[in-house]
Amino acid sequence: MFSLARFGAVLFKEFVQMRRDRVTFGMMIGIPIMQLLLFGFAINSDPKNLPTLVEMADTGPVTRAVLKGMETSDYFKFVGTVTSKQESDRALREGSASFVVVIPANFERDAARGLRPDILLSADASDPAAASGAVSAMTGIVQVAINETLTGPLQFAARAPPPFSVSIHRQYNPEGKTATNIVPGLLAIILSMTMVMITAVAIVRETEKGTMEALIATPVRPMEVMLGKIIPYVFVGYVQTFVFLVAARFLFDVPFTGSFLAFFVGFNLYIVVNLALGFLISTLSKSQMQAMQISFFTLLPTILLSGFMFPFAGMPGWAQAIGSAIPATHFLRLTRKVMLKAGSLPDITGDMSAIAFIMFVIVAVALMRYRQTLD
Amino acid sequence: MNAPEMAISVRGLTKVFGDRKVVDDFDMEVPKGAIYGFLGPNGSGKTTTIRMMCGLLTPNGGQGQCLGYDILTESRRIKEHVGYMTQKFSLYEDLTIRENLDFIGRMYRMKDRRKKVDQALLDLGLADRAKQLAGTLSGGWKQRLALAACMLHSPQLLLLDEPTAGVDPKARRDFWDEIRRLSARGVTVLVSTHYMDEAVQCDALAYIAYGKKLISGPAAEIPKMIGLSTWRVDGPDINALEAELRTTPGVGQVARFGAVLHVSGTDAAALDRAVSAQKKRETHNWKRKEAGLEEAFIYLMAGASDNFTEFAGKA
Repeated sequence: MFSLARFGAVLFKEFVQMRRDRVTFGMMIGIPIMQLLLFGFAINSDPKNLPTLVEMADTGPVTRAVLKGMETSDYFKFVGTVTSKQESDRALREGSASFVVVIPANFERDAARGLRPDILLSADASDPAAASGAVSAMTGIVQVAINETLTGPLQFAARAPPPFSVSIHRQYNPEGKTATNIVPGLLAIILSMTMVMITAVAIVRETEKGTMEALIATPVRPMEVMLGKIIPYVFVGYVQTFVFLVAARFLFDVPFTGSFLAFFVGFNLYIVVNLALGFLISTLSKSQMQAMQISFFTLLPTILLSGFMFPFAGMPGWAQAIGSAIPATHFLRLTRKVMLKAGSLPDITGDMSAIAFIMFVIVAVALMRYRQTLD
Repeated sequence: MNAPEMAISVRGLTKVFGDRKVVDDFDMEVPKGAIYGFLGPNGSGKTTTIRMMCGLLTPNGGQGQCLGYDILTESRRIKEHVGYMTQKFSLYEDLTIRENLDFIGRMYRMKDRRKKVDQALLDLGLADRAKQLAGTLSGGWKQRLALAACMLHSPQLLLLDEPTAGVDPKARRDFWDEIRRLSARGVTVLVSTHYMDEAVQCDALAYIAYGKKLISGPAAEIPKMIGLSTWRVDGPDINALEAELRTTPGVGQVARFGAVLHVSGTDAAALDRAVSAQKKRETHNWKRKEAGLEEAFIYLMAGASDNFTEFAGKA
């Protein structure tokens, strides 16, 4: 017979245990709140205020109207001017600009004469989602600019066909394929997910099972234990990366246009930072279960705020600040630069130093925690 | 002086966790080659003391030497010559028996590792099961394997933390036979235990409670040091008698051994008065007996029982 008393006892016991396991309890409350905040406030699939550079070889009322129209559309935020193609290419590759507008020489005169000159909009389309809103807004902006400026004696030029056009150059991902953007980013997520979790669990398992006590009762040095436990997972990371690169090339047709050396240096650094994070988590958790949970907790912002799933530029300032503290954010940029934008070592120094800085902080905290847990 | 050489000699050992003094001003001298028993209720600080002696924990206070090495500064040297068997099975359950022994051998950088491992497997009688996963062994076998593992590098001192907890009586007896064999070969053994029959096997004993040492000395002298006098009584309706004696003035403790009661007290005169009053009824057989270790430790544990409840509340 179903006994309410017994059922109640089990129910009560379960709540008591739930409350005692602080980490699990924290995760149950924390993960939904974090998801709510991130999805609700941080994520914006139609990003505005994208950094834009202008290369002006001519100026006049039409040019001003077009640029003003772009700015008031909120999609573009002018951050400076460039004078050469090399300069604009570098800005797009480094990611300091998402767009470059090129006003050709004699643009105003040609437009008035009906020669239909082209304004060139170069877009960093490595993330098609980030660029698409702005690109599709361009047609409207141009039309408004035409209607506003080509009045009076120039009105004849406003009739169809329009007196000038915008040609859009989607760089790095001309077909706008999602896979081209997602696959390089995925490496950052895959490595982060497995490296952090495996390291954390592997170290905690030793403590949880009690084998750590016997191990450190032998003359073994802590450094020998730590390196010996971590290096195997570096190899796991190598294997994962190799499989990934092969799959990216042959399964998804994602090009690898940049320097292998830059990639190799970058991904080693990234593996180390993830192992350090896993090590840090292991010093915070008492059981393998907790290590899993905390790893999962760090995974959420890694997926949502790194620019992997949603455009980084579209997030509000506070979310970008959190995102910048995540190693995956920088590795993801690094991989996209190297794979899609033909990046080489000089192009990724910024990302590398960011990862190195994060690593320095994590290692410092982890070492502080490790000393405490030994005694 | 002709004092025996000491394997362990510590003075004033103190360990604090948070605001709790787990080990408080602890002294201990273990002569070389002795089997030294370490007794005390759960949570009294036995494990912490053992961990401090083999360099796993740094004491907050006190000093001492272990095998001639300073426990504060030379823990690395101590680890090379000490075998430590943890309370919980601490070999890798997902490694085979041979892999476990081999791994331990590598930790000590043993030169003739393969030979030693083979020999250990033969001694254990596990040579034909060397490829079995350690996790599939029964409790008694796990215990023997753990002992073999911490003996692999031929340590001069064995620290055994409740090695026979949860092991059946036969396996326990075999285990102690092995310990006595090691002791005969000159290995010093410090063993913590809850079992009286194991305490009796030790050359010397120390009893710890609240992190403080209450008593220590040769096993045979401990009851005398406490100064208990004891009567043995049996007869009909022993339950009623036991209940009555517990509230009789002069009776310090009543311990039941099957159908027999051991009645003890520290005040011999008061106890004798209580017993002679009982004797007059001529319902039971009373016999004076020498207080043994059992009575001594039941007495000590009764005095220390409060500390367990105190610790349990904090855990």
